[in-house]
Amino acid sequence: MNIAAATNESLAEISNYLIYSAMAVYVLAFVGHIAEWTFGSRSKVARTAAALGKGATGAKARAANARAGEAGEGEESADAGAPSVKVKSGSSTTVLEPPKVVTRAGRRGDVPDGPGAAGGDVQGDMYGRIAVSLTVLAFLLHFAGVLTRALSVQRAPWANMYEFSTTFAMVAVGAYLAFLLAKKNVRWIGLPLVTTVLLDLGLAVTVLYTESDQLVPALHSYWLYIHVSLAIICGALFYLGAVATVLYLFRDRYETKLMSGGKPGGFATSVLERLPSSGSLDKFAYRINAAVFPFWTFTIVAGAIWAGDAWGRYWGWDPKEVWSFITWVAYAMYLHARATAGWKGRKAAYLALFAFACFLFNYYGVNVFFNGKHSYAGI
Amino acid sequence: MSTTGSTDQRSGQDEAADQEAATSQLSTAPSEERLNVPSLGPIGWLRWVWRHLTSMRFALILLFLLSLAAIPGSVIPQTDVDAIAVDRFKDDHTTLAPLYEKLQLFDVYTSVWFSAIYILLFISLAGCIVPRTWQFVGQLRGRPPRAPRKLDRMPVYTTWQTEAEADHVLATARTLLGKKRFRVHTAEGTDSVASEKGYLREAGNLLFHISLIVLLLAFGAGQLFKSEGGKLVVMGEGFSNTLTQYDDFSSGSLFTAQDLDTFGFTLKDFRAEYEMTGPQKGSARDYQADISYWEGAEGKPKDATVKVNEPLRVGESKVYLQAHGYAPKVTVRDGQGDVAYAGPVPFLQQDNNLTSSGVVKVPDYRDAEGRKDQLGFQGFFVPDFAPNSGTMFSQSPTLKNPQMFLTAYHGNLGVDGGPAQNVYRLDTSNLKQFKNDDGDALAERLQPGDTMKLPDGAGSLEFEGIEQWANFTVSHQVGNGWALAGSLLAIGGLAGSLFIQRRRVWVRAKKGRDGRTVVEMAGLGRSESTRLPEELAGLAASLYAEAPRPRADGQEAADRTAEPGRDAAAEPQQDEPHGEARPDDVPGARAEQAGDGGDSAPGEPRDGRARPEASGQQTEGERE
Ligand code: HEM
Repeated sequence: MNIAAATNESLAEISNYLIYSAMAVYVLAFVGHIAEWTFGSRSKVARTAAALGKGATGAKARAANARAGEAGEGEESADAGAPSVKVKSGSSTTVLEPPKVVTRAGRRGDVPDGPGAAGGDVQGDMYGRIAVSLTVLAFLLHFAGVLTRALSVQRAPWANMYEFSTTFAMVAVGAYLAFLLAKKNVRWIGLPLVTTVLLDLGLAVTVLYTESDQLVPALHSYWLYIHVSLAIICGALFYLGAVATVLYLFRDRYETKLMSGGKPGGFATSVLERLPSSGSLDKFAYRINAAVFPFWTFTIVAGAIWAGDAWGRYWGWDPKEVWSFITWVAYAMYLHARATAGWKGRKAAYLALFAFACFLFNYYGVNVFFNGKHSYAGI
Repeated sequence: MSTTGSTDQRSGQDEAADQEAATSQLSTAPSEERLNVPSLGPIGWLRWVWRHLTSMRFALILLFLLSLAAIPGSVIPQTDVDAIAVDRFKDDHTTLAPLYEKLQLFDVYTSVWFSAIYILLFISLAGCIVPRTWQFVGQLRGRPPRAPRKLDRMPVYTTWQTEAEADHVLATARTLLGKKRFRVHTAEGTDSVASEKGYLREAGNLLFHISLIVLLLAFGAGQLFKSEGGKLVVMGEGFSNTLTQYDDFSSGSLFTAQDLDTFGFTLKDFRAEYEMTGPQKGSARDYQADISYWEGAEGKPKDATVKVNEPLRVGESKVYLQAHGYAPKVTVRDGQGDVAYAGPVPFLQQDNNLTSSGVVKVPDYRDAEGRKDQLGFQGFFVPDFAPNSGTMFSQSPTLKNPQMFLTAYHGNLGVDGGPAQNVYRLDTSNLKQFKNDDGDALAERLQPGDTMKLPDGAGSLEFEGIEQWANFTVSHQVGNGWALAGSLLAIGGLAGSLFIQRRRVWVRAKKGRDGRTVVEMAGLGRSESTRLPEELAGLAASLYAEAPRPRADGQEAADRTAEPGRDAAAEPQQDEPHGEARPDDVPGARAEQAGDGGDSAPGEPRDGRARPEASGQQTEGERE
């Protein structure tokens, strides 16, 4: 018993060291991303302005742009991963290229995505790649830190705010790396993500730190695993969606300004120009939020089932439950807004941010300010 | 509107109508018509109100209100959640509390205004679901709308020419689309195939909203018929499920005492394991109560174990183990030497290590002179007392060195008449504390077996030993199964609604001027995350394999297929300068732009007129 306790403590200590090391590497990745953005500012591509400004200004030009067959502004070609077709004729096999598929542009004509943080600059790109590699390394350390913490307490590593925060950041980074692996255009998230992960971990190891410990009896339930792990995954993904939404709002204003013939400031031109188009950012955020929403719903249901077993009622308007509910309604509102004329675009984006703010408050605010049944979570 | 050309107004309008028909009914979302103030008298007004109530925008506003209205309940203590906190709040805020009470802020979730919001929301929901369901059934019975005249105006488009006969191409397209589980239709006398897929999206969406209603009804029923009571049981004692037995009890407004299940139990044993080290030292790791229970009027006793997270289920009731603690066994003798009180007295936990506080009330007592009086003892029970620790708090929750610290009072306990009294608190306002010889308040530390003697022969209290107690909550709930079913169906529906894309694909093949067949394919999706271009590309590739481009003389296969769109009627330019500059693009990102275009450009404005035209279109196209 004593020996076991001793190994536990040393494991917990190892976990702390790993988390600190991960933070150090995240700092390096942060520096790498900064270098990427800085070197990238040397490139002066203004393709957004070019795309938006080609025709005359105003709606007419856009309408024209959107017409297929015209000068080609309004279209994109996408052979979008179509399989090449093999045709056997007699003895020889020829590979047929499938016909090209043409897609018509969205609302705002055809605004191309920015070139990314490096802006096509070779040196910038190198720093960007270094930053991503460092992020991978930091993630591995981070993962090991969370794992050893879990082993030291022999349970899932999410029973208090310290553990929740470290795991949460880990999942967010993991999701980002997974998107990168899947060859999605997400490198632009790198800098904001690493920055906030550092903030989150900093907060975790200072303010929120809790010694590793066992669980109170109410937490002994496999629903804990389902409910809390899902909550963490949903939160991390919602977070990526929120980052994209914020960037969308900036980028959208930038494009609007360009379209109305205005001249955005130098910073905006340099930084926002390199982000994906507002359309792409918006879609990215929507896809994440929409995909996570059913899981968030299930998270709440799982929580209710667990509450039913532990406390005798599946729903009792405990502060945590109230705020989960508010978060859920807020995301439903966002999804509705997307399907309601006059609410798409910026308004829906504000709703998405409101929804994520509710999520954050549910996690930090409720634990700190309110004293509900969930308060064993411990700061 | 993007489809209206500047020169040819008329053909622009035709085109718009054509495209509207193609876009129509891709969803059953209520139309976004402008709701002008009616001038039609009461019926008109009612219709106007109803239309508003069931519009998406109103649902949006109600959802917003619902989320705002839920907030106060997390800030202000709620009677349902923590009645004691409400009382404390009322004591602390004498000016605010009455106002809050008027506004029902202590009962937010049962308040008139909160109920009004969600009832409106669900009326709106029901008023939305019914027509949407009919519409959807209509769509299922109908056919995909036929191809618009100008397919190249659709968000996703491809074309090529072939030597194959047009009929052959269309037949192949039909089989191909059919195999891919599209609903396929070729209207007679047309040169095109219309197909549609992903109806499950709409079905899922409707299922989701219907499930929400099921969930709400189940929740509502649960609230109205529920009951919940607490009972503290000392080891060896029992409980039977009648109203009078409960320490505290609350119930929904439609609950009656007959709803209580007939059962009872006795607490046979209680076991707890505690954390012995670390910052949470003392907190229970696990505890369980062994009980023997019976069900029904003449049920045989059965053994069971109740643990945290593992309630006992009897009938529709569940018995939960909530808390536990110690009950010192005491015997109080009066001034005459007679036993005035005997038994275990539950003390309530004060900290993690089960330092507990409690009172012993002795209402029937005579003092040394035989006068009637009342006795009250107040103090702490400490299961693990460490004399050298400098504190009287317990060091652990186990009975390592149990001690009791008591002071004694006599006078009026206030137990007869007056407001109901808390059995765990002593109201000392009409009591006088016993003093020892020095004139100080009498206070003693007792170990099991010790006796506390009251001064001047006023009697004694003997600390005989320790018993354990456990606190149970018995809750009676209805509609849980429905609530669970509703929520699981809602998730299923949601998954269908958010992950499945509804889209249309058209194929047209007709003889071109040079005698070769021109094949055109176009796709249209409503939802934003459609991967339509990929899908169309895949379909086009399959169809192309069946009806490839003719071999141009002397050219190699690779060359001739490089730009299949070359001779197409509306030739799109494909070399975009920025096309290559995004190597790690999200493959679907461009697809969505297309979906968006379909969503806003051709269909806009999606107003009420879209529908009748669409159905006209449908009947016209349908005869097979
Ligand atoms: C309890 C409140 C409600 C919740 C939580 C809720 C939730 C949702 C969600 C998550 C979607 C999916 C959005 C999407 O497909 O992108 C949706 C769609 C929809 N909701 Fe609701 N809804 C609620 C009430 C209502 C009400 C009252 C109405 C009636 C006006 C309504 C009408 C619709 C419609 C028409 C759609 C389909 C939108 C589309 O096809 O894009 N909902 N709802």
